[in-house]
Amino acid sequence: MRKLLIILMLAATSLAVAETPVEKGLAIALETDQRDKGWQDSFAEMKMVLRNRHGKESLRQIRITNLEMEGDGDKGLTVFDEPRDIKGTAFLSYSHALVPDEQWIYLPALKRVKRISSSNKSGPFMGSEFAYEDISSFEIPKYSYLYLRDEVLNGIDCFVLELRPQYQHSGYIKSHVWVDKVEYRRQKIDYYDRKDSLLKIQTFSDYQLYLNQYWRAHTMTMDNQQNGKSTTLYQQNFKFKAGLTDDDFKKNDLKRQR
Amino acid sequence: MTLRRMILNANVKLLACLISLALIIWPFSLTSAVELSGNIAGEYRYFQHDAQSTEPGQHAPSLAFSPEFYTEWDGGRQNLIISPFLRVDAEDAQRTHADLREFQWLLVEDSWELRLGIGKVFWGVAESQHLVDVINQTDLVENSDTEDKLGQPIVNLSLFQDWGTVDLFVMPYFRERTFAGRDGRLRGPLMVDTDAAKYQSGAGQRHIDLAIRWSHSLGDWDIGLSHFYGTNREPLLLLNSTASALIPFYETMHQTGLDVQYTSDAWLWKLETIRRETDSDTFSALTGGMEYTIYSVLDSDIDVGLLAEYLFDDRNNASVTAFEDDVLLGTRLTWNDAQSSELLFGFIQDLSSQDIGWNIEASRRIGNHWKVSLEGRFFSVDDRSSVLFPVRNDDILQLELVRYF
Repeated sequence: MRKLLIILMLAATSLAVAETPVEKGLAIALETDQRDKGWQDSFAEMKMVLRNRHGKESLRQIRITNLEMEGDGDKGLTVFDEPRDIKGTAFLSYSHALVPDEQWIYLPALKRVKRISSSNKSGPFMGSEFAYEDISSFEIPKYSYLYLRDEVLNGIDCFVLELRPQYQHSGYIKSHVWVDKVEYRRQKIDYYDRKDSLLKIQTFSDYQLYLNQYWRAHTMTMDNQQNGKSTTLYQQNFKFKAGLTDDDFKKNDLKRQR
Repeated sequence: MTLRRMILNANVKLLACLISLALIIWPFSLTSAVELSGNIAGEYRYFQHDAQSTEPGQHAPSLAFSPEFYTEWDGGRQNLIISPFLRVDAEDAQRTHADLREFQWLLVEDSWELRLGIGKVFWGVAESQHLVDVINQTDLVENSDTEDKLGQPIVNLSLFQDWGTVDLFVMPYFRERTFAGRDGRLRGPLMVDTDAAKYQSGAGQRHIDLAIRWSHSLGDWDIGLSHFYGTNREPLLLLNSTASALIPFYETMHQTGLDVQYTSDAWLWKLETIRRETDSDTFSALTGGMEYTIYSVLDSDIDVGLLAEYLFDDRNNASVTAFEDDVLLGTRLTWNDAQSSELLFGFIQDLSSQDIGWNIEASRRIGNHWKVSLEGRFFSVDDRSSVLFPVRNDDILQLELVRYF
């Protein structure tokens, strides 16, 4: 918290003076983060459509519940509904900014709760083009920031930032993020692999406003530029502030998820 | 009426109950109050060699049906799960069997949960064998890997505290282990006469078993400590008076178990250890090892997991346990593709003899509702005193096609 204050103060003082690209990049990231604080807990249903390069589709259906944590990464509970062979599988994650996340998975056929390694940041999530790190909670210390330029994207005035992961095991050397200037919503992300060539492009659409403060994209598409595959993620039935607590995100809770 | 026929009748009655139960619940599922899921599986088992005993053949097709009914009420604080199981095997009459895997009511409160009915409980962390996992009986005819379990009548109270979870178990009825029949494979030359099972306790199957377990997660450590008092799920197999069959003898036991996992980066360090006391023997056993995963190997999406476990049993007697001084080495390949393709390959080597057992498991989804899997188990056993000696010719390759709904 104190660190954050210092960063904020630095950011504030530097705004007054001439701002370097690093300072401006951080200031935009902090503003983005600040605007999405206070939702406490959230729920959403998610449908993923995976397309291979021949256009063949497969479906995933999951439900995600998150708990906002003050000064730490969020806690998340994911329950799988489709495909049917993994129905009832549940995934619990305590995410952290720089130290490794804590993760457990519940296998319903065996009634077994397994602690799993969280080093798998860059691997595909459920065989999709989204990697685990693409869908994990956003925390300021996870990246370094650099403001690149202003750009109009699809008629929307945007800042373009460069983010470089500061956590271990990322599949990316950097990403370029388009954030709109009015609402600070992510509009597009270009991901560059460790060889610095363009790997994936993520686009965000169908933004809706919740509780007068929180913007959520109902559609996100990830296009892999190297293998021709893509995944579209549709989110719906958002719910916030259901009064969930730490107790709803315990290892024991995995066993009775439906 | 013979005992065997009575038991067959009991099975038929159980099946009739299950079917009528299913028919009662079916209309509810249409109103979305009851959720129906499950699968139907066709399985084909091929045995590479002729059997030791003359009867069983080399080919064994079978069909399994596992529906699950689920309903919840009281804002999700109470629910009921009913999951019957039925297998019809073309060869082995003992493998044709029905079971109620689950019939359990759950009540959820803030700091405790109560489960009542028939259920399944898993304890432990290891992959090669599950020493501490003693609540459910093994459904051995289902699979010789002992991963399949029979439903256990149980009352389970879970208490959640800051210092961990305490689970209390009361088990009022004992389930006997299933064994292959006359026409079944994966058995010795002498059949196990399950109708003649004997118990140390005068209460027999109605002995009330008790268990307690404390489990907790502390940072990178996941720990479980348990004690079980009741009927040993593993029977001693004794010769009958005419030496024509084996009789399962179920002793009463005390077992204390500890399971620990330490997770660090891509390393999982695992330890399971038990001390078991019965009238016939008191011993300690241990499984310890690690799993290390190389993610996205060579910039592909494939993960390669490496497994190594040491198995120890201080009885040091090959005729009572196959795993007294053994090592498991294995690898788990995960493609992370849309079909969730997986391959697990490994072997267990006995360090005090030349004996070795190979294991391969592969699976892949087809479309959104089907899955195909292949399992193989191959034995190379020369030690005549080994518990695995009788099944040395039962090398098996098993193909399964499952439709999920």
